[in-house]
Amino acid sequence: MSDKEKKKISPKTYKFDTLSLHAGYQPHKNAGSRQVPIYQTTSYLFDDVDHAAALFNLERGGHIYSRISNPTVGVLEERVASLEGGTAALATSSGMSAIFLTVMTLCEAGDHLVVSSQLYGGTVNLFRLTLPKFGIKCTFVKPRDTEGFKKAIQKNTKGIFGELVGNPGNELMNMPEIAKIAHEEGIPLIIDATYQTPYLCKPFEHGADLVVHSLTKWMAGHGSSMAGILVEGGNFDWMQNDKFPTMTKPYEGYHGLSFAEEFGPTAFTMKARAEGMRDFGPCLSPQNAWNVLQGIETLSVRMKKHCSNAEEMVKYLLAHESVAWVSHPSVPDHPDHELAKKLLPNGRGSMIAFGIKGGKDAGVAFINNVKLASHLANVGDTRTLVIHPASGTHSQMDEATLKFAGLSHDMIRLSVGIEDIDDIKNDFEVGFRAARKPRLVSNQ
Amino acid sequence: MKFKVNNEEVFASTGGRPFDKNKPLIIFVHGSGLTHMTWVLQTRYFAFHGYSVLALDMPGHGLSSGKSLKSIEDMADWISNVIDAVGYKEASLVGHSQGCLVTIECASRYPNKIKTLSLMGGAGAIPMNPELLALAENNDPKAVDLMMDWAHGPAGHFGGHPVPGLYHINTGGMLAKSRTIKDTLGVDFRACDNYKNGFVAAKTIKIPTLSILATDDKMCPVKEGKKLANLIEGSQVDIIDNCGHMMLLEEADRVLKVLKKFITTHYPVVTK
Repeated sequence: MSDKEKKKISPKTYKFDTLSLHAGYQPHKNAGSRQVPIYQTTSYLFDDVDHAAALFNLERGGHIYSRISNPTVGVLEERVASLEGGTAALATSSGMSAIFLTVMTLCEAGDHLVVSSQLYGGTVNLFRLTLPKFGIKCTFVKPRDTEGFKKAIQKNTKGIFGELVGNPGNELMNMPEIAKIAHEEGIPLIIDATYQTPYLCKPFEHGADLVVHSLTKWMAGHGSSMAGILVEGGNFDWMQNDKFPTMTKPYEGYHGLSFAEEFGPTAFTMKARAEGMRDFGPCLSPQNAWNVLQGIETLSVRMKKHCSNAEEMVKYLLAHESVAWVSHPSVPDHPDHELAKKLLPNGRGSMIAFGIKGGKDAGVAFINNVKLASHLANVGDTRTLVIHPASGTHSQMDEATLKFAGLSHDMIRLSVGIEDIDDIKNDFEVGFRAARKPRLVSNQ
Repeated sequence: MKFKVNNEEVFASTGGRPFDKNKPLIIFVHGSGLTHMTWVLQTRYFAFHGYSVLALDMPGHGLSSGKSLKSIEDMADWISNVIDAVGYKEASLVGHSQGCLVTIECASRYPNKIKTLSLMGGAGAIPMNPELLALAENNDPKAVDLMMDWAHGPAGHFGGHPVPGLYHINTGGMLAKSRTIKDTLGVDFRACDNYKNGFVAAKTIKIPTLSILATDDKMCPVKEGKKLANLIEGSQVDIIDNCGHMMLLEEADRVLKVLKKFITTHYPVVTK
């Protein structure tokens, strides 16, 4: 076979940048509207009683009520599923609700999860304080302690959860190895890939089974809309053991339906929607879904700029006299540098953690004096964002929990935006000058 | 539901309703390398409307045990054995792609058992692209990627799954990769390529037959489907625009509407 012939039989399925713009939407079924319409409606007409029954019985696809599904939200779900290489997705009102819905679809009272210790503070509180109220307990393991994940698994463990790159310390989980551990035990690996977006990493290619995102962050980019999503890889066999009876046994809530038998590679999403959205209802508004779609259209363009700016900022911070340390997977002496090259081939992300000389007081002065960088509790905006985690996002943690989560009082969390790099550096100079002042005073 | 045929365990979805021998039986036969799950948007309707449904996993596929059958003729005989195994004397058959070859052959061999025939994306012969066949037999996942590419029409490549949140191409790909590719897709493709009796079998069929074809079907183009339909006396043809070979998912509602009308007309539920 000649090279020309070989090339001829390559699959012509659309690639990432094209899917970012088009996946999940067919204009000819929407009055030819080139842009995705916003279906600002709560409910949908049934053709007749038979049609209504068919929709409620999951005999046919379609929409009933926008708490369960909505056409605009559906486009977003398919688009993200396509970008992640997943079989299905379910959008939610926020990233936190995506995590909650995932856990409540997976677990019952009496179950257990093994969880990375380095997570967004709100997620830590969900696992540490709120889920135990539902009878679901968690064991926290440091993200680099791969063997620790194995040791923490109990008979009633139903999954392993973690952020691929931990917030805010930038420690990586060894996803392929931890996936092997999970699969040996017959449980799924769930990855929060908010920091990466599918442009930087597709966790399903490295063994993850379920992925959650806060779409509010880089996926949307514009910082205008809250949204989250659960994505299913489709490769996890729920029927391999008896750990997941709500997936495999007849479900009373849908005439004895077995989700795993009936829907196979999309079973988890179908259950999360049919049960979770019906009973908990953390639905995404069509307007916010549309807003997020606008961001996703330019995802790869923005992520390239985020990553190049971040690498420039890493160099700048490493050379700066006011900086004690810098943590970013692009730094050669970062403990996860080699792993990051493998898992994040398109760029190491735009989250930087650095320590400011002078500790907490200097950190506060820095934050209070930068003008271009925004001081707020968000990441992944197109604009540069800064926060002092110990007094902000992770302030509800006690001293011991802060330490276990890898946080220190001198840490500044930086989410690098896509502004001109010189303007970001100039702004930081103002912050650093202010940060040095209190130290000079105290030294006198 | 699980039952045994030739001492091997067979899995079949009953469409979410208990299997009831008092109801007329419809058997759904999937395409190459796939499973019962391709039929989810057709089977549940019939199961909730007076029929007993079996969406089969062919031997060695999906949740069924055993090895994949190597010829279309063997598969046709196996379908007949399924009807016997579940205690029926007759059934209505619905096939997709390779499943059409199987159901045509079965209807020809067992004319008294098969009451109606519904063919989706069917043809009298499905010769395989040699490179695609070689990739599948060599267990290369590229075979699945190519199949998903060719099996979906231009519109289907963008998604637009009738079930909110599901993405066609990746779901189909995952189904085709759920067992070892060479043992399912490889064996199936070879069976399709070897099968030469489709047009002969079609001429013998005297039962009501429906062919649903799609304008953008690259794997079994409309002209091939029509050629087959023309050989079956009184055959009914429905052609779907802007749709590819995976019509049962790409245009699930349209397929169900046509199938519903055909089956309820020619194989109605008789209320006692």
